[in-house]
Amino acid sequence: MSGNPNTGTPLVELRDISIAFGGIKAVDHVSVDLYPGEVVGLLGHNGAGKSTLIKCLSGAYQKDAGDIFINGERVEIENPRDARAYNIETIYQTLALADNLDAASNLFLGRELVSAGGFLDDARMEAETRKIMGRLNPNFRKFNVPVSALSGGQRQSVAIARAVYFNAKILIMDEPTAALGPHETQMVAELIQELKRQGLGIFLIEHDIHAVMDLCDRAVVMKNGQRVGCVNVGEVTDDDILGMIIMGKKPPQAY
Amino acid sequence: MTQTPSDTTASGPGTGAIGRFLKATEIDTRLLGMVGALIAIWVGFHLYGTIVNGNGVFLTPRNLWNLSVQTASIGIMACGMVLVIITRHIDLSVGSLLGFSAMVMGIAQVWVLPQWLGLGHPLIWILAGVVGIAVGSAIGAFHGWLVAYRGIPAFIVTLGGLLVWRGAAFLLARGETISPVDATFALIGGGPYGSIGATGSWIVGLLACAGIVWMLVNGRKQRREFEFPLRPMWAEYTLGALGCGLVIGSVLLVNAYPWPVGIVKQYAEANGITVPEGGMYISHGFAIPVLILAVVGIAMTFLMTRTRFGRYVLAIGGNPDAAELAGIDTRWMTVKIFALMGFLTGLSAIVASARLNSATNSLGQLDELYVIAAAVIGGTSLAGGVGTIYGAIIGALVMQSLKTGMVLIGFDAAMQDIVVGIVLVLAVYVDKLYRTRAK
Repeated sequence: MSGNPNTGTPLVELRDISIAFGGIKAVDHVSVDLYPGEVVGLLGHNGAGKSTLIKCLSGAYQKDAGDIFINGERVEIENPRDARAYNIETIYQTLALADNLDAASNLFLGRELVSAGGFLDDARMEAETRKIMGRLNPNFRKFNVPVSALSGGQRQSVAIARAVYFNAKILIMDEPTAALGPHETQMVAELIQELKRQGLGIFLIEHDIHAVMDLCDRAVVMKNGQRVGCVNVGEVTDDDILGMIIMGKKPPQAY
Repeated sequence: MTQTPSDTTASGPGTGAIGRFLKATEIDTRLLGMVGALIAIWVGFHLYGTIVNGNGVFLTPRNLWNLSVQTASIGIMACGMVLVIITRHIDLSVGSLLGFSAMVMGIAQVWVLPQWLGLGHPLIWILAGVVGIAVGSAIGAFHGWLVAYRGIPAFIVTLGGLLVWRGAAFLLARGETISPVDATFALIGGGPYGSIGATGSWIVGLLACAGIVWMLVNGRKQRREFEFPLRPMWAEYTLGALGCGLVIGSVLLVNAYPWPVGIVKQYAEANGITVPEGGMYISHGFAIPVLILAVVGIAMTFLMTRTRFGRYVLAIGGNPDAAELAGIDTRWMTVKIFALMGFLTGLSAIVASARLNSATNSLGQLDELYVIAAAVIGGTSLAGGVGTIYGAIIGALVMQSLKTGMVLIGFDAAMQDIVVGIVLVLAVYVDKLYRTRAK
């Protein structure tokens, strides 16, 4: 069997997206889709355009051409606020944390809990943070220090908690394990499986081919801003995928 | 500022008695360092005066009262500068903007409004003040717009502003000094009549104490509700006693400074009172500009710690990209921050021109440097993301103490500049050392 195994309306469809920076086509007429409960890997060399493509969905960039559909409806995403309104959460490679603020302030940044008078309810935010961190990373204790004082893994868990807390339906993870040790990488892998079971759709940008083979259902490969092809990970070998990434060679199963 | 020995606990709180004390009370070691430096400056100037000039006048109610009034104008602006610097900008135009706002208010209340309302009309001081604050806010917002939406660095925008608004202040009245200002307006500047007296000061002091106790009780209630670790009871009592002691101490201090004999005589004549044998003792109490600074300080602290606006200011300073990705409209925030700086500059212009009882185009010259120095000495990091309102106010007090102290012991202006310059550089260096070690 080959071709997209999913049927019905995709959770997200990016159709024919193009974006250029000063004459260089960073993304050139690329389409990808994502179904609920599915992990789609986005692969390619540095500069292949995967991060740029996904930033059109997270609202960090504006596409020049193309359409974005959420649950079959065409939407405009002009800034990160719009993306959040569609339950799209992003974990950036840089983690996008304000280093001078504590975990709770970062988790709720831009969506603070406020009291009846409209003032910050720090106590409730910290209590909520303790709750979700207890689930994601039970060893986490540093609630009252700036996140600059946290280890890479602890910072990562804050970034993940932020995405998970707000009931994301669509999760974008840009190299979530790049800065992590083996134990923490395992933790993220388990989390991805868990979120998948809950029916989230996840875009995973990843360089580690083994992680892709382990975690992803499908993989879309990009090269020089263009889409090489998409494969069902169960039907190909890692060499097939490497061939797509390095040489842009499409195996017969690809579509 | 200079660090007290207790600062060594910063690297490892919980060691030793002082460390345990700081940990239990959750007092910021930086705050202690600044207060220690302030006390060292005060005692130092007093002793220098006693020993060298045979006349220590620094630690007298009269001087400390004057110091509080002189600090008000710089302190009010420093509260705004903290936000500007936290978000990695700078505002060099506040001194000139203060001069310009003061000139606009001077013209409004001396030349324009009396023609419509009649001299001494009770609305004059209000309208003049509103105009001055509006002018300050609008120009601040304009600076912010140039920075945020036109991408001109704040350093350049406000350096331009420094020249433009000083020049504009001159052109408004062709360099004339406008005085005297409206009689009610002048009260905002302080002085015997512009103070609230002994009874008023006690009322303010007791209200402040009630506020401190309420904050401690409420904080404890909140912590219990969410099952966060509680401070030990002795620490709560210590904090309450320290806070209330400080407030009551200042009330006693300002009440210990009586009106000068001449003013008492004038006041007695105007009110038909016969001055008894040996004179009348009328306390100054808190000066109005000092109360304005206190209100600004509390309001700004509240803004920074309890509102989304304050949280976003800190987030933008810590990581502008993260703030943007979190959905914060960072450009609009920049406009608001500069507008707030302008608002406080306008307010400060009221205090400064009222105190001088006139508006001159040179009012506020070099204030920008004192304001920035106050914020930086108070622990606001030029790298962004870090700074407190109370720190800036203490910083303003440090700057003003140095200025006043050097005048009192007879340093000339050139020497004063040298000392202030050295202190500023030293303060930032000590701050850098502190942060490196704290990491």
